[in-house]
Amino acid sequence: MRPPAVTQQVLAWLDERLDLSGLRAFIAEKSVPRHRHSVWYYMGGITLFLVGVQVATGILLLLYYRPSAAEAYESVQFIVSQVEFGWLIRNLHSWSANLLILMAFVHLFSTFFLRAYRKPRELTWVTGVLLLFIMMGFGFSGYLLPWNELAFFATKVGTGIAGAVPVAGDFMVRFLRGGDEVTGATLTRFYGIHVAILPAITTVLLGVHLLLIQRQGMSVPPSIEKRAKAGEKIREEPFFPNYVLHDVMWWYVALAVLAALALFLPWELGKKADAFAPVPAGIRPEWYFLAMFQTLKLIPSHVFGLEGEMLGVMGFNIAAVLLLLVPFIDRRPADSGQSRVLTAAGILAVTYLVVFTIYGYYAA
Amino acid sequence: MELKRRTFLDSLLSVGFVSTAVAVLYPVWRYVIPPANAEPATDSIVAGKASEFAKNSGAVMKFGTKPAILVRMPDGDFRAFTAVCTHLECTVQYKPETSQIWCACHNGMYDLAGNVVSGPPPRPLDAFKVNLRGEPGQEEVVISRT
Repeated sequence: MRPPAVTQQVLAWLDERLDLSGLRAFIAEKSVPRHRHSVWYYMGGITLFLVGVQVATGILLLLYYRPSAAEAYESVQFIVSQVEFGWLIRNLHSWSANLLILMAFVHLFSTFFLRAYRKPRELTWVTGVLLLFIMMGFGFSGYLLPWNELAFFATKVGTGIAGAVPVAGDFMVRFLRGGDEVTGATLTRFYGIHVAILPAITTVLLGVHLLLIQRQGMSVPPSIEKRAKAGEKIREEPFFPNYVLHDVMWWYVALAVLAALALFLPWELGKKADAFAPVPAGIRPEWYFLAMFQTLKLIPSHVFGLEGEMLGVMGFNIAAVLLLLVPFIDRRPADSGQSRVLTAAGILAVTYLVVFTIYGYYAA
Repeated sequence: MELKRRTFLDSLLSVGFVSTAVAVLYPVWRYVIPPANAEPATDSIVAGKASEFAKNSGAVMKFGTKPAILVRMPDGDFRAFTAVCTHLECTVQYKPETSQIWCACHNGMYDLAGNVVSGPPPRPLDAFKVNLRGEPGQEEVVISRT
């Protein structure tokens, strides 16, 4: 595609001052491998697109949202009922958040099974896993912000779980809640975390993540890497415009799904939070915490003299650390075959997450 | 002019991108425009008991979303105006020394009929109607739009 004359003039003007030849050469030369697994490359792109949707709709929500116990619920009600297209912006933000986490998981497991984390891409994996944790933090903190009944009690339970951590538990609960109980202070705190602290961390981690991908190029799965090493030429396509247009095409698919969900399945606001009301029946966290929630429900109160909840929480922490360390556990070179143990562990993890999420959803 | 396949596809793509941009920017534009205030317009308020207000004094109070000033004149009569200066919308106050309404921002002066005496205000203050309601000695002061 040839840019129009005006764009060319602007580019020439900039080029004269900034010397964009390096950037131009980079764009012209950059290519992306194309093979039967390359569809998975787009999962990261979709996740990135949804991050963009979250930033844009989040900024828009900030224009009307008021982070206080007295006004938060009413301000969200105002957004969805009085502000033009306010319902759309809020539904997009809620749905996109859920799709974003889903796509981040798909991206994570596709990277895992294609062994894209192997040397030299360990840091890309680590920043990616950290980003997933941050996204879950976004989900947890954002869930409370409309200050409705479900969110209030989910936050009470969710922050309470931190109390199961040995030694530091009580401090962590107080730290998260901004006090002993979930109150307006918690709301203000979660708001600050949601709109300032997590975005700042995300900016840095995402910057590093993307920079590493640009610097090292796309990884190819071991089977194809092996063929490349044997001298076979791997098919490639130019990054611009071919790959970019493919990426954009996937973004359109994501946008279509997102718009359909936001239009036809509006996100409920529920009842305003009331600290003295009994917990409503059927309370459960967002789906991406359901597997953990269900596991904690199943662990007996005491196992080998240890508190069951503490055991569960420690288990999740160990799992998180193991996930972060995957590239340092599987240290084979990029072109070597699969590690059977790790593949089995991956399949087990996916099965556990899927089964327990569904189980948690339907369990009374 | 011969229409090449590439040119045709390029324009199709551009139309697609531009349409997307419009479809996204239109709701965003409508969203950022603040909605008309959902609060109903106030027509009258009860300022308090008449006995609470001393002669030659003034009190600023909320009337709907804007401030109003209730003045009890030296002779005991009540007057009420919007407390919003017609110059740059500062809130005015009663000046007992001169029995005038004064805006501290740019030294605008109004008399007790709301007319401009001195200073920059371009128009008089809008007057409200004041009625006393209730038993003698227990009257409430009611301010209403004229």
